[in-house]
Amino acid sequence: MVKPLHETGVEIDGFRLEAMVHRGGMAMLWRVSKPGLEGPMLMKVPRIGEGADPAAIVGFEMEQMILPKLNGPHVPKFIAAGDFARQPYLVMEAIDSPSLLKRLPQLPLPYDEVARLGVRIAEALDDLHRQHVVHLDVKPSNILFRSGGEAVLIDFGLSHHDRLPDLMQEEFRVPFGTAPYMSPEQLRGIRNEPRSDLFALGVLLYFFSTGVRPFGESETMRGMRRRLWRDPMPPRALRPDYPPWLQEIVLRCLEVEAGRRHPTAAQLAFDLSHPGEVKLSSRSEKRERDSFTTVMRRRFNTDLTAQRRAPVTEQLTSAPIVAVAVDVGAEAAPVNAALLDVTARMLATLPDARLACLNVLKSSAIAIDSTLDKEGHNKQIDRLVRLKDWAAPLKLDERRLTAHVLEGTDPAAAILDFVTANRVDHVLIGARRDSFRRRVLGSVSAKVATEAACSVTIVRAPRVPLGDA
Amino acid sequence: MLIAFFADIHANRQAFEACLAHARDQGAERTVLLGDYVGYGADPDWVMQRVMDLAADGAALVLGNHDAAVGGSTNGMNIEARVAIEWTRTELGKPARDFLDALPLSRTDGDRLYVHSEASDPKKWIYVTGTLEAANSLSATPAHLTFCGHVHRPALYSLSATAKMTSFTPTAGAAVPLLPGRRWLAVLGAVGQPRDGNPAAAYALYDTGRGELTYVRVPYDVETAAARIRKQGLPVWLADRLFVGK
Repeated sequence: MVKPLHETGVEIDGFRLEAMVHRGGMAMLWRVSKPGLEGPMLMKVPRIGEGADPAAIVGFEMEQMILPKLNGPHVPKFIAAGDFARQPYLVMEAIDSPSLLKRLPQLPLPYDEVARLGVRIAEALDDLHRQHVVHLDVKPSNILFRSGGEAVLIDFGLSHHDRLPDLMQEEFRVPFGTAPYMSPEQLRGIRNEPRSDLFALGVLLYFFSTGVRPFGESETMRGMRRRLWRDPMPPRALRPDYPPWLQEIVLRCLEVEAGRRHPTAAQLAFDLSHPGEVKLSSRSEKRERDSFTTVMRRRFNTDLTAQRRAPVTEQLTSAPIVAVAVDVGAEAAPVNAALLDVTARMLATLPDARLACLNVLKSSAIAIDSTLDKEGHNKQIDRLVRLKDWAAPLKLDERRLTAHVLEGTDPAAAILDFVTANRVDHVLIGARRDSFRRRVLGSVSAKVATEAACSVTIVRAPRVPLGDA
Repeated sequence: MLIAFFADIHANRQAFEACLAHARDQGAERTVLLGDYVGYGADPDWVMQRVMDLAADGAALVLGNHDAAVGGSTNGMNIEARVAIEWTRTELGKPARDFLDALPLSRTDGDRLYVHSEASDPKKWIYVTGTLEAANSLSATPAHLTFCGHVHRPALYSLSATAKMTSFTPTAGAAVPLLPGRRWLAVLGAVGQPRDGNPAAAYALYDTGRGELTYVRVPYDVETAAARIRKQGLPVWLADRLFVGK
């Protein structure tokens, strides 16, 4: 068995233990250094041996499998691992910031700050989900921030990876998680639903904006199961000035059925970054909890226990954010009709996709503030109206459609900025067959197609038969 | 070191050639052949020649139930399998038959065990189709890793330090770390007759340095393999099933 020999100055495989930074029930965290390796590093050592929690070992094994597979700014970089036979440990990049736990004494936070935090956490979750992982333990102590502002998710001991054996599921068959944040489906033992993380984020947003946990802190199974039928007190009942758009978003995250939440973390981030575009339903105005009869109906609704199980990535690919760039000028009518046709066909196969209609209002480089005047404002409204008119034949549910008039001197750059900032998955853009402007100014669609990080479909008006030309 | 594992080739030349070429491109340095080189398929002679060449080059081999049936009994086999074995006997020369007769039921290679069916009683040809059979096999060997075939459907089982079993259906192309803290049983998909609904040939690569196992799928020329089966007058279903991976 492993000899516990952890004290400052001890070396394990060349890593020198510098200082213990955390000692929890499951693991110890040490700050470590190693000649030749730059930057701050943490070593996680699981508590094993006599009387150790078996979940600590399995959780450590899960993290040992998952962390090396993850990339990008939203996770700590994996550095090294030591095996169980000798000395189990994981060495990873140390993120030098306190976790969100440090903010608890300041709750409730201002609404716009909560929304900003939500955007950053949702972006991190989107990134994680795209790497086939559901975190399943999203809570303040597992969220840190880089100096650049990106949220970093830590602790993958309870996580599920779509392409790796789920040791937690097989070994325990009882739900694991943190009681106040656990989703209803997690309580039922479902571990591959990415929207479980959106529920947990909803709990966090509710807590951070009201100062109260929506489902309390009960840790008994009976207490936790109440969330399957009993809805939380609407935030507006706790804070009368609570913005309806934020309540709409938060209560949607807390829906009992995963299918009624935002389809993806990227779509949640989209809503949180565009408060003015959030479609308000009856949720947004609620000031009381659901009636006794509604609650009773939910309690005995067996449908809730038979939820669909789809792989993590399948859920994401069926719910992309599609942006369509529409030129509202009169000469663009033929290509706009073609664009509408392609958009309709694409959305028909993707019931959870959302569509952002974009138009760029060119501002002159010299008088940049001219759009602030009345004429500029009117132009904005005019473009919005025309965008919505273009999209009307699609007959999309309002929640799936937004219209945005962007401003900039370079239309392609404005579209590209929007695509990056909003994690757009696919851009549809029309191109004129030939025009004087394109020859002189270069093509917007070509620039978007070349520089966008996502898929771009370029649509042209149908070919005109030769005889008619 | 990168080790390539091939199970249930079943005289399918096209599938075996495609898998061998793929493994070579991936940089595989060692070959392990997990049995059932013949039966069902139309090219036992070519496949056995290739298998014997690989053995001469240092590949590790074990015996499969179809291989054993060539020089033994076809009891317990279904009618199509029996017809194919009877035909195979007429196709194979003495060197190939002697070679099969001399193969071991299992083989230990460091901390790895190779066996066609499972470890508890290899000559009984038990199918590992769930955690129960996997647990029986894992408790019969001290090996950290057991590699087998026989089922024609890829699966991966593990036994934790607290004696709990896990099962997993691997995703092709995704490397799975076989953690040292538990013991693992890898059931390979079939090279020559996949039965998991995916007609692509299956094999696996194990990276001993990283401790990672990757299940691999390789598309191959099913049309030719099926046409060869029909041409030899073997049961038509043996050709048809290759198109659907059943």
